[in-house]
Amino acid sequence: MSLDNKQVKEIAYLARLSIEDSELEQTTKEINNILVLMDKLGEIDTGDAEPMAHPLEMNQRLRDDEVTEKDLAKEFQEIAPKTGNSHFLVPTVIE
Amino acid sequence: MMHNLTIAEQIIGLKNRDFSSLELTQHYLDRINDSELNAFISITKEHAINQAKLADSILAKGNATKLTGIPYAHKDIFCTKGIKTSAGSKMLDSFISPYDATLSEKLNSENMVMLGKTNMDEFAMGSSNENPYYGAVKNPWDINRVPGGSSGGSAAAVAARITPFATGTDTGGSIRQPASLCGITGIKPTYGRISRYGMIAYASSLDQAGPMTRTAEDSAIILNAMAGFDERDSTSANKSVPDYTKNLSKSLSGLKIGLPKEYFSEGLDKGVEKVIMKAINDYEAMGAEIIEVSLPNSMNAIPAYYIVAPCECSSNLSRFDGVRYGYRCEDPKDLNDLYMRSRSEGFGDEVKRRIMIGAYALSAGYYDAYYLKAQKVRQLISEDFKKAFKEVDVIMGPVSPTPAFELGSIKDSVSMYLADIYTLSVNLAGLPGMSIPAGFSNSLPIGLQLIGNHWSEELLLNVAHQFQLNTDWHHSSPVD
Repeated sequence: MSLDNKQVKEIAYLARLSIEDSELEQTTKEINNILVLMDKLGEIDTGDAEPMAHPLEMNQRLRDDEVTEKDLAKEFQEIAPKTGNSHFLVPTVIE
Repeated sequence: MMHNLTIAEQIIGLKNRDFSSLELTQHYLDRINDSELNAFISITKEHAINQAKLADSILAKGNATKLTGIPYAHKDIFCTKGIKTSAGSKMLDSFISPYDATLSEKLNSENMVMLGKTNMDEFAMGSSNENPYYGAVKNPWDINRVPGGSSGGSAAAVAARITPFATGTDTGGSIRQPASLCGITGIKPTYGRISRYGMIAYASSLDQAGPMTRTAEDSAIILNAMAGFDERDSTSANKSVPDYTKNLSKSLSGLKIGLPKEYFSEGLDKGVEKVIMKAINDYEAMGAEIIEVSLPNSMNAIPAYYIVAPCECSSNLSRFDGVRYGYRCEDPKDLNDLYMRSRSEGFGDEVKRRIMIGAYALSAGYYDAYYLKAQKVRQLISEDFKKAFKEVDVIMGPVSPTPAFELGSIKDSVSMYLADIYTLSVNLAGLPGMSIPAGFSNSLPIGLQLIGNHWSEELLLNVAHQFQLNTDWHHSSPVD
């Protein structure tokens, strides 16, 4: 499967990445080179193999519904780019 | 000189008061200062001196643990409270972690001394440690060559003896390949053996931490301190941790070693092959039995890994949005502009490529052809190993198809990906793997890979240690 410049821009947007027009051609080329490698998957006969999402056969643990984390809001906000009144600030979304 | 001592020897030296932790720490800090390898992103000199003084007082009181006062270098992917944790990315260049990774906590609880945080491929995505933001790490055996990656700073630092050991992480070979290219010993344990809490995620079903040392004995000592269940990591294995040093001296007589025929086909450098075969002969002389095995899906590990890992990465790295921590672009005009520019300016090219491949493979209409298919191939790879381990105790082969290559010589992603051929399948199957120094080709170190069944770290370390009792490769040093 080969992608064109427009599709690469759309995928970049899905991942919230922007690509300069001057770099688009090169990026598309590189992505397509990688996809040639990935498309080899289609040639592999996987029969009735079960998809393997995780290397260990384990169940997710359950725990009591208790608060275990300390309140670190202050520490976490201290390292934020912009905060105010205990909120993380971003440009206005709704006027 | 102190830097030529192994950790096992330094432990005795500290206990006998041959030197203090402060003297040992200062010695390494001086060596780091004189080093031109660019192995560190941060050198935490003041912090190290304070920790060493504290360690000395604990040693004097007699309530030290085995590793109290031993210095180390920490891969900059592990969160360290109050200390910059960059993951090798401009995105996190300003990130001072508000908490410690479990691994950082564990090493702190032994009162070990952190010398600094090591350079790495950005977000652990790469095999050469040619970092676009912090610069390339150089291989101490030839400074015009790469140290391997992604734990390249850690490997170079251990090889150059500017730290007794370093932490590493391995998602597709990132401990074993740089260990091989720098001539040191490194082990990636079974998935789930060491907590991933506070270890910045790349591909969560593959990431695993491990020690990088000069000897197998040292790896066993350090793994004892690193391994164990952690309730803060939902994929941490609730399994008891054996004393990894206990069985190091067991004889290898009757050990069954499997050689996968697929690992010795075209693409393997002749010089590397010669070193590997010599090492296998050495094992035979030690009483091991060599058996040919087949891992028919070996070559399929590349497309499977390079779908699974980017898919997980595109999801994991969506958290870097310029809002709560890390890099934020200047004067965003709206929220979307904030996301787009912060991410585009903060991430390097390879990271962006993997995010985009992941976003594409997971998008509607392509999920079955890529992600689901890759997971099925992953199952086949895992089954290949299961079959092989019914016949043999350990599998051996090369780590990397070539010795360390020249800085800047591999320019496209695909060629770089192909160099991971022998390491990826181990991560996909969640198995433990090791690299140990096995010889040289054109004056460059070559690592032998040992692959074990799940939870067989003890056996791997025993097999590695026995080799090191019979050979001198692990004592070869690029420095005086």
